[in-house]
Amino acid sequence: MITGTIARISGPVITARNMTGSRMYDVVSVGRAALPGEIIRLEGDEAVIQVYEDTTGLMIHEPVENTGVPLSVELGPGLLASIYDGVQRPLPALYAKSGNYISRGIMVPGLDRERRWAFTPVKKPGDRVQTGDVLGTVQEFHLVHSIMVPPGVSGEIKTITSGEFTVTDVVCTLADGTEIPMLQRWPVRKGRPFVKRLDPEVPLLTGQRVFDTMFPLVKGGTAMIPGGFGTGKTVSEQTLAKWADTQVVVYIGCGERGNEMTDVLTEFPELTDPRTGYPLIERTIMIANTSNMPVAAREASIYTGITIAEYYRDMGIDVALLADSTSRWGEALREVSGRLEEMPGEEGYPAYLATRLAAFYERAGRVICAGSEEKTGSVTIIGAVSPPGGDFSEPITQNTLRIAGTFWALDANLAYRRHYPSVNWIRSYSLYLEDVEDWFSEKVARDWYQFRGRAMYILQKEIELQEIVQLVGPDALPDKEKVILEIAKIIREDFLQQSAYSDDDSFCPLEKQYWMLKIIIWYYDAIRAAMRRNVPLRQLLSIPARSEIARMKEQRDLERLKKLSDTVWEQTENLEVQTCSTAA
Amino acid sequence: MQHGSLITVEYQTVNYVSGPLIFVERPKEISFGETAQIILPDGEARTGQILDISEDVAVVQVFEGTRGIDSHVTTVRFTGQSPLLDVSYDMLGRVLDGVGRPRDGGPAIIPEARLDIAGMPINPYSRDKPAEFIQTGISAIDALNTLVRGQKLPIFSGAGLPANQLAAQIAKQAKVLGEGENFAVVFAAMGITYKEASFFMKEFEESGALERVVFFLNLADDPTIERIATPRCALTAAEFLAYTHNLHVLVILTDMTNYCDALREISTAREEIPGRRGYPGYMYTDLATIYERAGRIKGCTGSITQIPILTMPDDDITHPVPDLTGYITEGQIVLSRDLFRKGINPPIDALPCLSRLMNLGIGPGKTREDHRNVADQLYASYAYGRDLRRLVAIVGEEALSELDRNYLKFADHFEKRFISQGNVERSIETTLQVAWELFSLLPDEELKRIKQEYIDRYRTLIISGG
Repeated sequence: MITGTIARISGPVITARNMTGSRMYDVVSVGRAALPGEIIRLEGDEAVIQVYEDTTGLMIHEPVENTGVPLSVELGPGLLASIYDGVQRPLPALYAKSGNYISRGIMVPGLDRERRWAFTPVKKPGDRVQTGDVLGTVQEFHLVHSIMVPPGVSGEIKTITSGEFTVTDVVCTLADGTEIPMLQRWPVRKGRPFVKRLDPEVPLLTGQRVFDTMFPLVKGGTAMIPGGFGTGKTVSEQTLAKWADTQVVVYIGCGERGNEMTDVLTEFPELTDPRTGYPLIERTIMIANTSNMPVAAREASIYTGITIAEYYRDMGIDVALLADSTSRWGEALREVSGRLEEMPGEEGYPAYLATRLAAFYERAGRVICAGSEEKTGSVTIIGAVSPPGGDFSEPITQNTLRIAGTFWALDANLAYRRHYPSVNWIRSYSLYLEDVEDWFSEKVARDWYQFRGRAMYILQKEIELQEIVQLVGPDALPDKEKVILEIAKIIREDFLQQSAYSDDDSFCPLEKQYWMLKIIIWYYDAIRAAMRRNVPLRQLLSIPARSEIARMKEQRDLERLKKLSDTVWEQTENLEVQTCSTAA
Repeated sequence: MQHGSLITVEYQTVNYVSGPLIFVERPKEISFGETAQIILPDGEARTGQILDISEDVAVVQVFEGTRGIDSHVTTVRFTGQSPLLDVSYDMLGRVLDGVGRPRDGGPAIIPEARLDIAGMPINPYSRDKPAEFIQTGISAIDALNTLVRGQKLPIFSGAGLPANQLAAQIAKQAKVLGEGENFAVVFAAMGITYKEASFFMKEFEESGALERVVFFLNLADDPTIERIATPRCALTAAEFLAYTHNLHVLVILTDMTNYCDALREISTAREEIPGRRGYPGYMYTDLATIYERAGRIKGCTGSITQIPILTMPDDDITHPVPDLTGYITEGQIVLSRDLFRKGINPPIDALPCLSRLMNLGIGPGKTREDHRNVADQLYASYAYGRDLRRLVAIVGEEALSELDRNYLKFADHFEKRFISQGNVERSIETTLQVAWELFSLLPDEELKRIKQEYIDRYRTLIISGG
């Protein structure tokens, strides 16, 4: 084992001497307090180390030991419903050891060593297995957790036993003597192997109208949510964590508020998944590195999260990874880079920021998993970005834009008027629209794409018209343009707005989304048809059905909602009769 | 307070002095973050803290500034301890300086404990969810941006705006409904003027709360670098009072902009790569170590609620200090110069204000069932009214519809009657009552954010003169 001594301490970065033989990204134990750290630069016999804990109290000449292994996470049953810090230490275990505050130098394994899991083999002695093959299963809450052959291992099974085991017990041995426990380790900075990447084609549904209908995301895709403070990034991320239709959700609180993590921790056990009826916490893995926890561990938290996500993907499962916020991760990079006295790129960020961001987002994807069985799994990354001053021209936003497939731009002006989710419909886009068109026509309705397009057109048109209104006032517009303003208002208020806190509306099923939009567009068509018969616009806008449209969100009964579309036509048709009779 | 060794090593090896930093050569057996005592040629003792050590040099920041330090006679003694604060229940009612030494001429604090001022991060798993509504008696806060116990809610002010009056009013009026109080206030001043500090003292004296307040004062003419320690000392005292003595502590930190400027000064002296506007790249993390020290802990009855005050240079909310603060704190109260000029008091600009924890503290059993809906409706209607004002400036009021004219009126009344309340304290019921009175300017179908049953229940109350 390589043992050196501390030569310099500067905040979270230390330099150690006599470290010859160390490799980049080896994990080291720093000082007598045994603080975990990672080598981030080698210079002769000196190693520069980022330390995952507060370095206060460290002294020059204290020992530094190289463990010889890269930063890894433990993978196996027991991950679900856990809450970890940035380097996969379970927070409840830290609490049990050190109380209310996170003190230093405590090592706790990521997976519980005591707990026993019932292992059911699906293979038998004599079977040949390779990397990624399922040896057997374990029931983890409601998820069938596949125990897989770890990467790089293959051979003929000699023994395989069913029964109750801890994660470190050997459940299978191969003919060459390899022992396979349920637990496997994987270095976080390296993507787990798979066979082939697939094109995304299935949308990731969230129950949020502005996301699903307007700017859809796909399973295996990437999305970014940038927005200044107070625009609702965190609420959006949490809403997605609640309602995304994946079997597993990894939620990374990266450099964010402590109280927010508490919020997730207390809320998720009480909420149930609308699709399965099980508590949401049972499909969620949380990684919490709050803003006041050590900076270097914040940098690692993103990788810890994505590696866990990839592990579940390898079982053939859809996983969503939510990172709130990637800007804090970028800032951690910047801080460490500054301490390394590297030549800065834009705004003090290191020149390799774009590469690192791209490498992270590219770990998303829908893949054919490793193994001889046919399995497809996906990891979808949804990253929040916190641009300073809400200015999207800053490096993290710009570099993420180049990679992310869906762009949900949050807008402070919408948030100020409590239009939530404050997604700006003009700036946002989804590059996956064409990928999911087939799916939507097949599963929802053939004309979904058409209605969406018309709604977008009306919203676009509204912006143009508003510029004119600013100059000449609303009265100067002809009626056929006034209609557009009115319908755009209905789309904004009665369709796009969706309260995350409303019991009736926080989750909106896809079919309801479709009908809501359809009714609004039909209302628009009905008005235009009636206007051709010279019915005054004022009357058309004040039909009784309009207030029902405004309350569509609260309508839980889909059949009654569907009837509303007929009501809209009837009421506009009737108007003609009335006007004719009064005119006569 | 030497530990481990009876021998004290003194260094006379100061070789470089730059701004607030001194560089001590050939240090031995010293640890990162420990405090140093610096003895000047004239015998004056100052304190400092180690920022960086390597084998041949230690960088020490001197809290009281480096004036008078030379590179020959000055000696440096390392204490082996990170900066500690003597804390005691008897701190209540005392006035201390920026690093916790008595400033009021009274005796030294007899410590019940000596605590590290840096504090430690609270395990998110141990945190308890803030859930109790604090009634501040100010409509713009109670109704629209509710303060909850354990929250950190800053006031974003501009030079000359009455942020201090607002903070003092909150400190005086704040109470949790239906509870006898066990409260304390910790007040940390960083670089504010004597006049501002004495305003707060007078306010607390008038309300008879002076013996429940601990003052940590670093005034404008006190050493700049001491400001780095001031909020940390204050929060250490607050944590002790909250989690050891089970008090509900309100911490007022003013002015955080001065704190950040001190941070920038050190960063520049260390020749670090600057981030935006010269502030160091780690300012987010640094501010977080202050702001995150608010909250509640499971199993403790005490709590810490923070109201930091900061001045937005040139009223610019995108300036790094308010910007980074807004990213850490759970909302913000923003003061507006326009409203101040109009004579609105307090001049709170509702639109950019936010309380992220509001939903945890309101609703049936806490405030009232219609609270959330009323707040949303006030926001939506006021925002629309403000848009119309811009339109009116171009096309004139005649071009507007009857309804839009009502919205204009609504926006005016909202500012004059709802936001502006002077020194009057309003209960949450009164506040909601005023809101419903404002809604009478608008027809029912415009109240889209409010559930029909609440409209039926509360609107009739107003119309029938209730």
